[in-house]
Amino acid sequence: MLKVEHLSLQLPYYANWWRRCWAEVLRDVSLEIHPGEVHAVVGASGAGKSLLAHALLGLLPAPCRQTGRLHFQGQPLTAARQRQLRGRDLALIPQSLNALDPLVRNQRQVSWAAQRAGHTPASARDTATQALDHYQLNAGAQQAFPHQLSGGMARRVLTAMAHVSRAQLIIADEPSVGLDPQQRDRVLNALAALARGEGKAVLLITHDLRHALPIAQRVTIMRQGRCVETAPAAAFQGEGSGLNTDYAQALWQALPDNQFGNPLTSTDEQAQNVA
Amino acid sequence: MPVIRLLSVRLLRIALVLLCVAGLTFGLMLASPIDPIDAYLGPQIAQAGAEQRALIAERWGFDQPPLLQFGHWLRQLLSGNLGWSHVYNQPVNEVIAQRFQRSLALLGLAWLLSTLLGFGLGLLAGMREPAKPTHSTLDRVISGYAYLTASTPAFWLAMLGLLLFSVTLGWTPVCCAGPSGSLSDEVSLATRLHHLALPVATLTLLSTAPITLHTRARLRSLMHSPVATQAFAQGASRRDVAWRHGARHACLPAITLACASLGELFGGVMLIEQVFAYPGLGRATVEAALRSDIPLLMAIALFTALLVSLGNATADGLYRLIDPRLRAQAP
Repeated sequence: MLKVEHLSLQLPYYANWWRRCWAEVLRDVSLEIHPGEVHAVVGASGAGKSLLAHALLGLLPAPCRQTGRLHFQGQPLTAARQRQLRGRDLALIPQSLNALDPLVRNQRQVSWAAQRAGHTPASARDTATQALDHYQLNAGAQQAFPHQLSGGMARRVLTAMAHVSRAQLIIADEPSVGLDPQQRDRVLNALAALARGEGKAVLLITHDLRHALPIAQRVTIMRQGRCVETAPAAAFQGEGSGLNTDYAQALWQALPDNQFGNPLTSTDEQAQNVA
Repeated sequence: MPVIRLLSVRLLRIALVLLCVAGLTFGLMLASPIDPIDAYLGPQIAQAGAEQRALIAERWGFDQPPLLQFGHWLRQLLSGNLGWSHVYNQPVNEVIAQRFQRSLALLGLAWLLSTLLGFGLGLLAGMREPAKPTHSTLDRVISGYAYLTASTPAFWLAMLGLLLFSVTLGWTPVCCAGPSGSLSDEVSLATRLHHLALPVATLTLLSTAPITLHTRARLRSLMHSPVATQAFAQGASRRDVAWRHGARHACLPAITLACASLGELFGGVMLIEQVFAYPGLGRATVEAALRSDIPLLMAIALFTALLVSLGNATADGLYRLIDPRLRAQAP
């Protein structure tokens, strides 16, 4: 569905007040995402994961140099096509909860998202209410303002915004950050359901391998703006001998010894263990 | 009831502010080098002897200590009597009521126009997408205009306007609120508006700039915020983001400025009324100060302070209406 070939990205910075330099933040990134698949991009902070997401959507700030090719559904993804497809075929679940407008009621924001995806104002309201119901936000929370929500609820509002767009590719930027395990599993399961149930492609960006492995089919490890390795999720087991690079193996082995079960059952199991 | 508590706290605060303003004005008038009796007598000063002067001073209460005078004025104020204006030979209440009607048209129109125009222009100038590298021509034109008018003196522009539109082109009347020699009851609305046009236009042109610049700055910072990025990711156009998100966020500084600028605008009104010889409250202020008409000047100072305080209180109230995060806080 989405094919990224040799994507490089440079952003400007000023070494002093007259000399502009270019910092290479992405270098030769290639990956491919298929329909019905959750593809995780894992890397440390500053590895370029969020910039990759913004580059795919064409949301980067103005002075940047970008090379490489993007293809979406078989056709080149140019800036004009990105603009056309944003909100319709490409959706973003942003990293920051500040993406919710503090002055607007939640339901209204989601219905705006639906309008931007092509709904009429009347059907957008219904769609928004349905989507928010789907993510278990009650009428009170729907009519509340963002600052009145907990982190997990705000995350679900953002997920509902991506949901109403009916996008084929959903880019989820750190959706699990700052949530307790149950809330996290709820959000991750919602993403997995989008891929499994509705045949969408999900690009899951996270810094934590443990969040990615339960739902992802394939994992791309990024480091300092480069793709280190793309491996099937099944390769992350045992000693990590299925992994080709040292960095990926080190990342795997550095995890605390943990069972990576299905998040649907993991919390139940944990609850049972406690009992 | 939180609303009643909020209102009573606000009113108490305004009353305290007014008391301070009254005291300060009174002190300044005492320190003024213009002697009220000299100013009252005018050219007849030569004919008045010391005895007559003492008589006037006694009638006006100047022979009493200042604090007693102030107390007397305050007592009269509480019973609704603002005193007698010797400049206009009328009760101060009547002078203010008449003059304020005319000034209100000037001030209100200029305020409304400059607020709406400033906000609209600010939105137009500020709605630049972060992905677009350059400033739009519209932005350059609007900002240039705003910087230019922000640094233009009001009386100078008023005189230029008078020279061009009234003297050279003859489109607008040269002075006053109506044709000279006619009573104010006889003047039709159209004529009134005709006389208002140039002063209002001048004042509007000058007071638009701050709101424009602040709205533009707020909108530009919003365009780089996660809120706008999210909206763009949903496929929103620049106009969509500027209108749905930008207008709400930029409202906050615009409201503060619009309400706070009431006082500034009143200062502008004084200059403009002076240039256009418009018989409003501004001109009355100048007259009262130059001829040491203490009751009138005190009343005008009090009235202006009340206007500005009410403006600020309104701004606070509107803030709560727009930003839900402020509603939970105590006043």
